[in-house]
Amino acid sequence: MTFQEIASRLSERFGTVPGIGLEPKPENPVDPYLKVSAEHILEVAKYLRDDEETQFDYLSCLSGVDLKGSLAVVYNLFSMTKRHKLTLRVEVPVANPTVQSVESIWKTANWHEREAFDLFGINFAGHPDLRRILLPYDWEGHPLRKDYQVPEYYNGMKVPY
Amino acid sequence: MTDTLTAAPKTSTGKSLRTEEMIINMGPQHPSTHGVLRLEIVVDGEIVVDVVPHIGYLHRCFEKHCEHMTNYQQVIPYVDRMDYVCAMNNEFAYVVAAERLLKIQVPERVEFIRVIMAELQRIASHLIAVGTYGIDIGAFTPFLYCFRDREKILDLFEMTCGARLLYNYMWIGGLSHDLPPDFVPRAKEFCAYFKPKIKEFNDLLTYNEIFVKRTAMTGVLPADVGLNYACSGPMLRASGVNWDLRRDDPYSVYHKFDWEVAVGKGEMGPVGSCWDRHIVRMKEMEQSVRILEQALAQIPEGDVQSAIPKRIRPNPGEVYARTESPRGELGFYIVSDGTATPYRIKARGPGFVNLSVISEIAKGAMIADLVAIVGSIDIVLGEVDR
Amino acid sequence: MEQYLTSLFGDTIWVHILMGVPPLVFILLYALVVIYLEMKMAAHMQDRLAYMRTGWHGLLQPIADMLKLLQKEDTIPAAADKFLFLLAPYVVFIGTYAAFAALPFGSAYIGSGINVGVFYILAISSLVVVGLLMAGWASNNKWSLFGALRSAAQIVSYEIPSALAILAVVMMAGTMNLQELSAMQTGGIGHWMILGGSLPLAKKLIAVPLMLVLFLIYYVSSMAEVNRTPFDIPEAESELVQGYNTEYSGMKFAIFYLAEYANLFAVSAIVTVLFFGGWASPFASLMTGPWWSAFWFVTKGMFFVSLNIWLRWTLPRFRVDQLMYMSWKVLTPFALACVVGLGLLLVW
Repeated sequence: MTFQEIASRLSERFGTVPGIGLEPKPENPVDPYLKVSAEHILEVAKYLRDDEETQFDYLSCLSGVDLKGSLAVVYNLFSMTKRHKLTLRVEVPVANPTVQSVESIWKTANWHEREAFDLFGINFAGHPDLRRILLPYDWEGHPLRKDYQVPEYYNGMKVPY
Repeated sequence: MTDTLTAAPKTSTGKSLRTEEMIINMGPQHPSTHGVLRLEIVVDGEIVVDVVPHIGYLHRCFEKHCEHMTNYQQVIPYVDRMDYVCAMNNEFAYVVAAERLLKIQVPERVEFIRVIMAELQRIASHLIAVGTYGIDIGAFTPFLYCFRDREKILDLFEMTCGARLLYNYMWIGGLSHDLPPDFVPRAKEFCAYFKPKIKEFNDLLTYNEIFVKRTAMTGVLPADVGLNYACSGPMLRASGVNWDLRRDDPYSVYHKFDWEVAVGKGEMGPVGSCWDRHIVRMKEMEQSVRILEQALAQIPEGDVQSAIPKRIRPNPGEVYARTESPRGELGFYIVSDGTATPYRIKARGPGFVNLSVISEIAKGAMIADLVAIVGSIDIVLGEVDR
Repeated sequence: MEQYLTSLFGDTIWVHILMGVPPLVFILLYALVVIYLEMKMAAHMQDRLAYMRTGWHGLLQPIADMLKLLQKEDTIPAAADKFLFLLAPYVVFIGTYAAFAALPFGSAYIGSGINVGVFYILAISSLVVVGLLMAGWASNNKWSLFGALRSAAQIVSYEIPSALAILAVVMMAGTMNLQELSAMQTGGIGHWMILGGSLPLAKKLIAVPLMLVLFLIYYVSSMAEVNRTPFDIPEAESELVQGYNTEYSGMKFAIFYLAEYANLFAVSAIVTVLFFGGWASPFASLMTGPWWSAFWFVTKGMFFVSLNIWLRWTLPRFRVDQLMYMSWKVLTPFALACVVGLGLLLVW
């Protein structure tokens, strides 16, 4: 299925749900993506995985992006059986970055969401074990944000040298 | 902050004798965890009840560095160093993603040479994987044989671009050096030399009774669990899923060659065991030699540097491209904002994703099996932590 | 040799002290040789050269290794049980060295010609288990403890098949004194126990397969007794760093190392005495005499040591439960069957 077909199938199913925020962006070079709102990503993900026409059973990559002013979570989905792909994007404000966790749909999201939390500070509601993964457990700050300042001291050691 | 253990240790393995569980640390420094990986193991006697991996000891802030580069080409040495054991494949993944973003078409000669280098690197990486796996199981000799053969591959690389391990060879739009004149004859010699070595290795280790008994019944990864955890590469293929990105999500010129995808069939135990992963890697090496021979026979002429852009300034947009590295699906998600500096580059490392499945497949194994399982996942901490 | 010394010194304590010296000298010289042999055999099997720089082709390397170990810092972990930690290597060494007392180093020398020779050897080499457990426990390190526990289970389990194999040979020979056992096998290769000893030809045809099986059982169990691959889980490098050895350095580690090699020679020597003629020459009357017999004994022992080294660098290692399975469910039943078979053969 092409991007347009998937987008129209989704808007058929979810178009009437309030606050769903479905916005296809087909004109984006190179990969078109589909925006979804943060509170509904779980339902949309479940539908995309279970529906026989789409069958997105493989979550290739889940990344955080800092668009200055808001944080985004990008999901790269793929279907092993149907061989089509889709990119979803959820944008949240920096002040309250909360997104529903899709860990219950694709278990691989467990570690990817921990990484997004670690590096960007995005909170995933419903994640069973949200803690830092790459940085030490008591690190302060979220490094991949564009406005990140390297701290002076960490546990008494001078950081920038 | 929070405890290092996620939940209270689970109760005993359900036997009537009341035993107490011990928490052991297979710490960051350990001869068998292939790098700085910390495994917190809850054991009941010798049986593993739970495994919690802790990573991040090799985090080198690759993604933050990329955002301060002045040029997309400058990222390539960093990409090499992510998975230092298969540097050519890392570069391949990155330049495929960048060329898709910039809509550059490279000359055919460049594509062929890239495939040759990637396949040679795949063989070298698998040699390390199976050699160190032998050491984990206790057989010290196959490791030395693998390294002897790997030296020949590294000699080929050194002849081409001067480096043995981290190359900075594949650039966006082309390559840094063309092949030297005696590369093709020597590579063909290598293919002829290497084929009987695979058989020798199989006789020595793969079909050895002790090795089979140690690995064929442990670490079984069912196919649906593997898909849900987004495993890829030999891990997924060993569970019976016939999936290879070189054939199923094609890139470069792989469609021009005739080769087979190695899938685990459960010859010595349940499908998806550690032995299956091992034999899939051995068969992949054979298939790589096949691709190499075909590619070496068909390299077209051309200029490898003609398509390298002088100034890289992509249009704003994003792309996610993935290739088959020896460990699995290596993907790059690049976001560009229209300037020469990359805005965001995320590397999806296969080791990162494959390692997350360890807590599922290691339950109920013994400590010796845990070492075998971690070895069969074939992680390189460089790409797990980036 | 005892008579010679008594004629020199009279019946004083010096005789007994000097009688105890040859095995010690032998162990020290043998350690140098076997370290070099192991390194070179491993290297050539792995398609590489080992030491080439210290002396011609590395011949002086074992001396360098020993000097290095001697001058290393002896560390003791802070929370270790000091007394046990210090005592453990010596207990292990005593266990293996004491076994040398009953080995016949030639027709003229045996440390102690007791008539329960091989039974004594089995008993005293169990002292090694105590030493290993002490080492593992006293190191205050979970991984060392694991190594020690596994080692204790392994050694104790494999004593059964080895004792059964020894029992069969003792049945055939009628004596447990190793000096007499060796003496019985003089007269050429046809008299060696593995080829039926002094049985008539008809019975030999049945005895030889049984003896071969018993030899294999004993050889495999002896590899497990010495903690060598494929049975080296107690010191499995890839899992337990160095097992019960982890916290030891310097001289104490050197003692463990020495004890392991000494134990290896001791079991190889037992194999040659029980099955392959001990110090008896394979040619009927050529090359016999006190010095030649010592030569044969050492050569045969070194042959089995090299076989062990060869196996170590070829095979992967067993897992703990597979090892136990092999001992209890494979080796012991076969050994029992062979003992019964041999017994019937002898009575017939």
